[in-house]
Amino acid sequence: MIQIENLSKNYGDVKAVKSISFTLEDKEIVGFLGANGAGKSTTLKMITGFLTPTSGNVIIDGLNIIDDSQEIQKQIGYLPELNPLYSEMKVYEYLKFHAEIRGIKGHEFKIALEKVVVDCSLQGIVHRTIGECSKGYKQRIGLAASMIHNPKILILDEPVSGLDPNQIVEIRRLIKKLGKEKLVLMSSHILQEIQATVDRIIIINQGEIVADGSSEELITDSKGLTQLHLEILNANENDIQNMKAIIPSITISSIDKQDNSIIVSLEYSNSVDPRKDVFNYCVEKEWVLLEMRASKRNLEDIFRSLTGKGDSAHA
Amino acid sequence: MHNILTIYKKELRSFFTSPMAYIFLVVFALVIGYFFTNTFFLYNQSDMRSLFGIVPIVYLFFIPAVSMGLISREKSIGTIEIMSTLPILERDIVIGKYLAALTLILVALFTTLFHYFTLIQVGTTIDHGAVFTGYLGLALVAGVYTAAGIFASSLTENQVIAFIVGIAIVLVFFLMDKLLVFVPASLAGIIQYLSTDFHLSNISRGVIDSRNIVYFGSVIGFFLFMTTRVLESRKWG
Repeated sequence: MIQIENLSKNYGDVKAVKSISFTLEDKEIVGFLGANGAGKSTTLKMITGFLTPTSGNVIIDGLNIIDDSQEIQKQIGYLPELNPLYSEMKVYEYLKFHAEIRGIKGHEFKIALEKVVVDCSLQGIVHRTIGECSKGYKQRIGLAASMIHNPKILILDEPVSGLDPNQIVEIRRLIKKLGKEKLVLMSSHILQEIQATVDRIIIINQGEIVADGSSEELITDSKGLTQLHLEILNANENDIQNMKAIIPSITISSIDKQDNSIIVSLEYSNSVDPRKDVFNYCVEKEWVLLEMRASKRNLEDIFRSLTGKGDSAHA
Repeated sequence: MHNILTIYKKELRSFFTSPMAYIFLVVFALVIGYFFTNTFFLYNQSDMRSLFGIVPIVYLFFIPAVSMGLISREKSIGTIEIMSTLPILERDIVIGKYLAALTLILVALFTTLFHYFTLIQVGTTIDHGAVFTGYLGLALVAGVYTAAGIFASSLTENQVIAFIVGIAIVLVFFLMDKLLVFVPASLAGIIQYLSTDFHLSNISRGVIDSRNIVYFGSVIGFFLFMTTRVLESRKWG
């Protein structure tokens, strides 16, 4: 379990992370989503002990990253952004180096090596030089090195950036598999990526957490709105305007007069469902309801509005 | 200890899997050999003193070249982030890397033993004790210069800058006692004590004084400590 408590990081005058707090449970796959420069990598670097927080703390199973960084680092596997590797080393040597630092030797190492080679599909390239491997392989080599000691916690910073679609699917499958036994925290600036892989999404914007929940929860969040499209025959505009007085939970966003019918757009909060009232109102007025269609905002709209790029990007 | 060894092995392997170590050893041996034999027959003495004068000068360029990439390269390719998030102390990283570079330089130094064995064959009345202390002194100077080099390497992610800063630091230590005439008398003693050449010449004369050993040990310790602090400082960046 990871507890992030009021974590902040300043780079000089720039506040990269502003007092964020959240808790991650074991065996959970969590996506850390935000635009570039939102503070994702900085947060991950603080969790892994690469950076020291300006204030706040990271607590993992009762240990904190400021006083017990070595103990915490033993439990974490970390794949940094851009996946740096020693290109002159052989894959085997690189994995052995990580294992030795983790105190895994001899027979134990053989077992660990076999496991990560199978998990990350590295068969056939173990004796190759890292620099000669393709980008997809390199990503998996980095991942294999980060989990050679079978850590409880895996922290992956943009694990799929720069990969082709087939490689992305492979890494995604691997992460899902790992998430059954580990706590996986991965970051991305690509929503689709996160949505396809994780159980829970934390959205960060300008160093602050703006949303936290499963993708369904984020969509049906009570702050979210549902749009209702109506097409009505025989209606008049005045009566449509009056609908708001009868059904207070709705907001009329547009009324569009066609040849015979009127197209009306309404909005209401996800926490209520006034569709029955709208229907009854039409019946009472003896209007003919040709169409009634509700649409929830999708995650992409939510992400855009939360990260401050709302309307302009909506098209 | 076990982590130092792991880092040491990794660094040494990376020296020897690239052509770098071989080029270094060959060129070092050739340069020393050229300068040594150049004047050897003029003096007509079975003496290695001239070799012990040449090696520190060759060190000035060769040691910063070996040490320049030790940390700066990790910074430039980003692997420093992996290193620093593994459960190892920064101190162990620095010591492991330092010992690996020093090993390569000592191997290079020992290629010059070739001249010693030649001397045994052709020379007469060789002072073996002086040869031993001469090598000890050169090994200690290599220790100081390598420590300065790894410190320079920790300051930047650019290997060329690390190389030049390394040369600059090493040059200061090398030149200090040659510039004594320009220094006020009150400071001369301190400057002389800080100079590597002063201590090297003491040892080379065959006097192993604890003051000289303390000097080498503390300068090496100082640079390794500073390197560790520079590495740790990234956390607060």
